Amino acid sequence: MAGAAIEAQGLNIGYRNGAKTATVLSDVNLTVEQGEFLTILGPSGCGKSTLLRVVANLLEPLDGTISVLGESPAAIRKKRETGFVFQEATLLPWRTVRDNIRLPASVGGRLAKPIPKGRVNNLLGLLGLEGLGERYPSQLSGGQRQRVAIARALIDEPRILLMDEPFGALDEITRDRLNDELLSIWRATGTTILFVTHSIEEAVYLGQRIMVLGANPGRILNLHDLTPIKTADNTCRREDPAIVSEIAAQRALLAQAS
Amino acid sequence: MSRLTSLAAPVFGALSILLAWQFLLPLSGVPAYIAPTPTKILSVFFSQTELILSNFTPTAIEALAGFVFGNTAAVLFAIIFAYSKFIRQAYFPVVLFFNTIPILALSPIIILIFGLGMTTKIIIAAIICFFPTLVNMIRGLGSATHNEEELFHVLSANKFETFMRLHFPRSLPMLFSSLRIATATAVIGAIVGEWIGADKGLGALIIRATFNYQSDQLYAAIVAASFLSITLFAIVAAVEARVLRHHSQ
Ligand SMILES: Nc1ncnc2c1ncn2[C@@H]1O[C@H](COP(=O)(O)OP(=O)(O)OP(=O)(O)O)[C@@H](O)[C@H]1O
Ligand SMILES: [Mg+2]
Repeated sequence: MAGAAIEAQGLNIGYRNGAKTATVLSDVNLTVEQGEFLTILGPSGCGKSTLLRVVANLLEPLDGTISVLGESPAAIRKKRETGFVFQEATLLPWRTVRDNIRLPASVGGRLAKPIPKGRVNNLLGLLGLEGLGERYPSQLSGGQRQRVAIARALIDEPRILLMDEPFGALDEITRDRLNDELLSIWRATGTTILFVTHSIEEAVYLGQRIMVLGANPGRILNLHDLTPIKTADNTCRREDPAIVSEIAAQRALLAQAS
Repeated sequence: MSRLTSLAAPVFGALSILLAWQFLLPLSGVPAYIAPTPTKILSVFFSQTELILSNFTPTAIEALAGFVFGNTAAVLFAIIFAYSKFIRQAYFPVVLFFNTIPILALSPIIILIFGLGMTTKIIIAAIICFFPTLVNMIRGLGSATHNEEELFHVLSANKFETFMRLHFPRSLPMLFSSLRIATATAVIGAIVGEWIGADKGLGALIIRATFNYQSDQLYAAIVAASFLSITLFAIVAAVEARVLRHHSQ
């Protein structure tokens, strides 16, 4: 399939409040290839969430152009090509795990995609949620809830997955495990992933490329290719010296940014 | 052990007060026409069952009907107000003003329109229930989190779906907390309505018993009214426990 997953040129994004506009990120020029795993780092408040919200069509850009899979973010949203995972799992407590994962099929009117038989069970298996389908969110651990949220985002087989600090509230062990699970899902599905995180380790471990944003004024500080220090399928060992020194370099860069 | 005490303690508390009332009150010299003993009140339910029942039934019907109509109307208005900014801006102040009128000041008008029958009492009970539920329901419909709203937007949910699958279920805890309070206010509404003019009902019985110094009947009517409130409350609490069983996160 030709074309980039995301193509932004001279993009200014921010919030309109009546006549006033507050620019958050300016002059964003970015191309994300299909199937790429891009991680995004930056000081708090620099506009990471805002950028994902523009891609997901939750927010209109102030000016400049952005196309997602060659179309407008709105068209792509209506085609259910984007999945969004928030920092909080955002499950509906009155629905079972299974019904939460199926939520996308029950909203959106004609836009909703039918779910093939067995798909929910496959996702439950893929995310290590076997046997939990009939539970309610209140009966799950934080890590399990976040897995359900990921399964829900994957149900429509989106070509772009937007993840806003999805593992930020989890303990380190759970987070490491979910990192590996996410990588294997990414390898299996070929989805493009934009992954925002506060953890430099996580950003280096997961990404093929890492994007660092700066604040005041918000802008892209650095876009850095990580593939040279990883194997072809984007695996690496956390204790590999090249990875460790990359983490140190990114930490130094980030310290400048904030 | 602790479960047993948690059950036994309130029973013990209530019994001890009833016993003190039964045996100490007559000693204190309070005349029986002001405060009859518990056994005397209880005996009214056996000796004058017909009297209590024939007055309990109309009040129960009025309170229940007022509860149902008042709260249903409140939920419907809340939905309209929550989804139409124009209607909310135009009419919510009117509703607010309406709420400041004491119900007792309003009741003569209701009587003028609907007469002295049951309809008047049902309407008074309904009006008393209406406003708290309206306000709670409007707040409840707006209580979804920012992330939940964005999730539904990413999924391109339309207004109706967002209402059915998010806003309405989210509003239920607040709706039920006002329904629980409304069980008591509906009974108050029915009784107040009967005070203003009725020959049947617990309210009418209370007035009649008071002026005839039949304090045993008066207290029995009060017990019956409280029984009505408690029953309504228990029904609402049972439904709530079922409906909201998974709501807590
Ligand atoms: N709805 C809004 N209206 C106006 N300004 C907003 C709104 N939401 C966020 N902002 C502002 O936009 C800026 C960027 O916010 P954003 O949430 O994108 O930051 P972030 O990089 O995701 O931060 P964090 O790492 O803390 O999540 C912040 O300065 C914030 O105050
Ligand atoms: Mg953020």
